[in-house]
Amino acid sequence: MTVVPANAGLSVRGLARRFGPRWVLQRVSLEVPAGGALMLVGPNGSGKTTLLRCLATALKPHDGVATFEGRDLWTERLEMRDSIALLSHATALYDDLSARENMVVWARMGGMTADVDALLARVGLPDTGPRPARAFSAGMRRRLALARALLKSPRLVLFDEPFTALDPVGRDMLGSVLRDIRATGATLVLSTHHPEIAGAYCDTAARLEDGKIVWRGVPADAPVVMGET
Amino acid sequence: MSWILRVPAVVSKELLIEWRERSRVSSLLFYSFALLLMVAFAMPDVRMLGDIAGGALWLGLLLASTRSLDQSFRVELENDSLEGMVLWPVDPLAIFYGKALANAFVLILVASVITPLLGVLYHPSWHGQPWALAAVIVLGCAGIAGPGTLVASLTAQARGSSALLPVLLFPLVVPVVMASARTTILLFQGDPMGQVDNWLVLLLIFNVVHWSLDGLLFARVVEEAG
Repeated sequence: MTVVPANAGLSVRGLARRFGPRWVLQRVSLEVPAGGALMLVGPNGSGKTTLLRCLATALKPHDGVATFEGRDLWTERLEMRDSIALLSHATALYDDLSARENMVVWARMGGMTADVDALLARVGLPDTGPRPARAFSAGMRRRLALARALLKSPRLVLFDEPFTALDPVGRDMLGSVLRDIRATGATLVLSTHHPEIAGAYCDTAARLEDGKIVWRGVPADAPVVMGET
Repeated sequence: MSWILRVPAVVSKELLIEWRERSRVSSLLFYSFALLLMVAFAMPDVRMLGDIAGGALWLGLLLASTRSLDQSFRVELENDSLEGMVLWPVDPLAIFYGKALANAFVLILVASVITPLLGVLYHPSWHGQPWALAAVIVLGCAGIAGPGTLVASLTAQARGSSALLPVLLFPLVVPVVMASARTTILLFQGDPMGQVDNWLVLLLIFNVVHWSLDGLLFARVVEEAG
């Protein structure tokens, strides 16, 4: 029987992934304790999204291993996916359906009993009525995608540039959601181009460049590393 | 087997989207009807229309199915909803059977509308039982929708998917189209040798084999996509 440490959170060892001949992730290793929060920064194309998609089990790594709570994410993906929420650039919304209909169909398909109206209100979309998601602004679509992610009660939360397209009110709302997620004890990994905002919700930070982790530290130092302050 | 409980949710989602985009079903109906008209106009002798009515019906349904099946997965790719479902997680078997049932339902709906129109346009004689015609429509449409859903999932992400889909689908469903057309012709023209039951059994076997295997293959397709 494998003994899992009590604080076993996310452990990534030598993770590698290529698209065609190009290695987008090159032996990435990192640890996030259970309930911890890691902020990933790095330029476009550095591998942040690919890393998050590997952790979400959307992509199979070509090398290395990622475990969460002591269980291999890829080999046990069918069981682990219940515990993982991914908010990515792809919203997974049905454009012909309204916000509420989108929430209801996703809840039904997942067998979830969450209060969809409360979740829509939580993300600031309480009164969109029958308007199809196709007619939403980018920020509204982002909010709806967030509400959809919150239908789950995940233990591993992966947010890919969650502050993108949100107005200041939306950013405050997202901040409040991130605090709530952390209060549940879930482990959080988020990538961002806004470390000055996202850093407030994370314990540690890492910078990816060309698929490699080139810096680790505390979020407050991340803007200096990026040359953004 | 808990995935079976998710199938109704996937079916209702598919049908809700079809209902929101009713123009898609309307275009299928128009497409099938236009094809029946063109075949009727192309026949040199109107007295032969009754003889080819069964074949024309299934030709129209087969061609309409390629548009319907392609659309069914295009919706999933607009915002990566298919990947969203796999990660949700919705069991790939529930996704397949939900989509295949919805695709079969749309085809049956189209067949239910154009079959009476076929009667008006082609004036076929009638020697069969209504239940047998209903059975061949259900089994024939399901026989196209089952493998069609699998093939559409394979071609959806390819460039020129609408051209690739029929190339892969048509050879796969030749037996079901032949059996459906033959049964329909026997129902129209009479069945002195009592062959209708045998053709229906053949259609049933085709459906059982394809709906069983295609679900398992679909799971591989969506899992290996990563």
